Amino acid sequence: MMIRAKLAPLALAAAAFCGALPAHATSGWGELNMTQGVTDISRKIYELHMTIFWVCVAIGVVVFGVMIWSIIAFRKSQGAVTDVTRVHNTRVEIIWTIVPVFILIAMAVPAARTLVEIEDTTKTELTIKVTGFQWGWNYDYLDDGVSYYSHLDRKSDAARELGSGIDPNSVDHYLLNVDNPLIVPVGTKVRLLITGADVIHSWWVPAFGVKKDAIPGFVNEAWFKVDTDKPGLYRGQCAELCGRDHGFMPIVVDVRSKADFAAWLKDKAAQQKQAAAPPAPPATAPAPAARPAPVATASAASAS
Amino acid sequence: MPTPLAHAAPHDDHDHKPHGWRRWVYATNHKDIGTMYLVFSCIMFFIGGGAAMLIRLELFKPGLQFFDPQFFNSLTTMHALIMIFGAIMPAWTGLANWMIPMQTGAPDMALPRLNNFSFWILPFAFTLLLSSFFVPGGAPAGGWTMYPPLVLQTGASFPMLIFSIHLMGASSILGAINVIVTIMNMRAPGMTLLRMPLFVWTWLITAYLLIAVMPVLAGAVTMLLTDHFFGTTFFTAAGGGDPVMFQHIFWFFGHPEVYILILPAFGIISEVIPTFSRKPLFGYEAMVYAVASIAFLSFIVWAHHMFTVGMPLAAQLFFMLSTMLIAVPTGVKVFNWTATMWKGSLSFEPPMLFALAFLFLFTIGGFSGLMLAMVPADYQYQDTYFVVAHFHYVLVPGSIFGIMAGVYYWLPKWTGYMYDVKLATWHFWLSAIFVNVLFFPQHFLGLAGMPRRIPDYAVQFTDWNMVSSIGGFAFGLSQLLFPYVIWRCVRGGQRIGNKAWEGAHGLEWELPSPPPFHSWTTPPSDAVIARGAAH
Repeated sequence: MMIRAKLAPLALAAAAFCGALPAHATSGWGELNMTQGVTDISRKIYELHMTIFWVCVAIGVVVFGVMIWSIIAFRKSQGAVTDVTRVHNTRVEIIWTIVPVFILIAMAVPAARTLVEIEDTTKTELTIKVTGFQWGWNYDYLDDGVSYYSHLDRKSDAARELGSGIDPNSVDHYLLNVDNPLIVPVGTKVRLLITGADVIHSWWVPAFGVKKDAIPGFVNEAWFKVDTDKPGLYRGQCAELCGRDHGFMPIVVDVRSKADFAAWLKDKAAQQKQAAAPPAPPATAPAPAARPAPVATASAASAS
Repeated sequence: MPTPLAHAAPHDDHDHKPHGWRRWVYATNHKDIGTMYLVFSCIMFFIGGGAAMLIRLELFKPGLQFFDPQFFNSLTTMHALIMIFGAIMPAWTGLANWMIPMQTGAPDMALPRLNNFSFWILPFAFTLLLSSFFVPGGAPAGGWTMYPPLVLQTGASFPMLIFSIHLMGASSILGAINVIVTIMNMRAPGMTLLRMPLFVWTWLITAYLLIAVMPVLAGAVTMLLTDHFFGTTFFTAAGGGDPVMFQHIFWFFGHPEVYILILPAFGIISEVIPTFSRKPLFGYEAMVYAVASIAFLSFIVWAHHMFTVGMPLAAQLFFMLSTMLIAVPTGVKVFNWTATMWKGSLSFEPPMLFALAFLFLFTIGGFSGLMLAMVPADYQYQDTYFVVAHFHYVLVPGSIFGIMAGVYYWLPKWTGYMYDVKLATWHFWLSAIFVNVLFFPQHFLGLAGMPRRIPDYAVQFTDWNMVSSIGGFAFGLSQLLFPYVIWRCVRGGQRIGNKAWEGAHGLEWELPSPPPFHSWTTPPSDAVIARGAAH
């Protein structure tokens, strides 16, 4: 990723890369860099990524500079004569062994610090179990009795068929849209318990800086806390090869205000409770909103 | 060359070597076997490349145009297996066969019949693997990493995959044994370890890596086999097994494997750069120690391939730090190559051009490797095109350009003719330009969020995928020049003397071109060895 040297296409690409860093246009040409995301962690990851990138660029400029200088200055065709005394130099060799060690330590410290933060799954306020399966996701709000499946939306699903004749550009968020998104509140530390039903999948939403494998028989933990001022739809994909339709099991997270989320959860819990109830009296219309209220508020309303 | 060797050469012509097909099927000569390895590797390079072209064709634009997703997954899986086990590894063994006896003052490899066997396993292994395209369920599609449980869903090709890997592993181990025995026992008197050319050194270390990790891979795939057919549950949680354990075992093989693919290239670059800089290699001993350190470290970094599986914090920190540490000896190598050019007298024949491209582009791959070592950032890079870009930068302009530099370096020695330098230079420039058009945009795609191993993608990834595909087609087409240049060179051309290159040093350049059937029937004198080992 880091060279503005010798080879023309490389230099061009690098120039494009540096020139267009903040731009995240709808045009594909601007899709060049990692997202900064909408959580504290995702921003820290972005910072780390940019720091190590610029460190590499700096080292690259020096190393490639010396290489290019050697190639130009010591050409035989320009009459360069070998200085055979320069075949060994202990002092220089020690320097270029030790200096990188210090650079690496300097990089490892912030990386380790961020990693410790990422691994801290304490004080979470809402727990959702995420199960990857061939090919979709199941979301289970463990404390609230809400559980549902999330698949690739029908429009993308129709367009992605071999020889469908449907232009992917005409489909809204082609391959990145689902029927039922995961719904979470802003400003809440949401813990995900991630597992797989059949083969290994990986739950990845770049904007949250979360990627964790969904492994059958194991439960992995991850968490995110979306900025209070950043409700909206965030998209990701399965990131571990999981068979034929690996490319067609996107993730969409609908981040809502706390109030909207609480209302949705309450409503959803009521619906599911009703659906799960044994064959009930035929006219049930007025009941569901009232009944499960205490259940729903337990975790959602206390979220702060 | 006025030594006893000059007399040895004509004498060898009387050697009772078989002719016709028997020369190849019964081959025990290191050069014939080396040639067969190289030809095999070249065929596999084009088959694996063909799979890559189909992948880039499907990814040219969004929407599925040509292939069912399952077949696409077969293509990515087979592309990797063919390129790693069929193209790169046999190319190294072929070069080892040709060059190690010539470079160490030996008449041949130590174990000629074993040598024959280790080569002839390969056509069977790959016939088995490639024929899996035609069985019910198609070719393996679970990725070359063969992660369970997914790989256990493979159809009829599953045992074909496992047994072909066993065969490839056996072939590699036999080849590695031969290399070690040859280097340890067949060196000419006076060819001390620290006088050996870097190519011999890197291959010696590579051979030890092969012997250490190939049985591990064999064990892992055997456990897959019994899980699939005999009811064991090594990798099934429901039966008390652990799917992640496979990943640990696989990558304990897999990371040394990465260095098996690249260390011999380090050796070749360490031969080519001094030759065309007309200056001995800078810091020869440091280079040897750096390779040894890299080989050692390769055993303790495996889990950086699987940071997202959910490891304890301490394990993640350990693997991050050990991985970053590899940058130190790798840096030493790059700095030493650069220092070799410093105050040299450089010329730019095709081997040097490939070596220089290696130097720049492998370093770029090294930088992205360093970025990938940072665990929190790796969470965003893992399993995206950023990783694809990274390992293709180290494998294509790394390993493959290393092989090409080696072939263009020694081809005149092998054939006795100089090849068409102009055409080879064209081959270089087309390769060097298009390899970047092909792989550089994949960094952008990965960072922007495109996962790897997907047959279709969201529309915002279209533009850079098109660029990458165009680069891919152009790169693929340019490679046709390579066998063409070699073929013409084998047929004839301008005769060359013992030394093909003005600045070349080493025992192979003391032999006639082409060298006699049995390279050093009389060991070279100490003076000849000292002249060759010019460090």
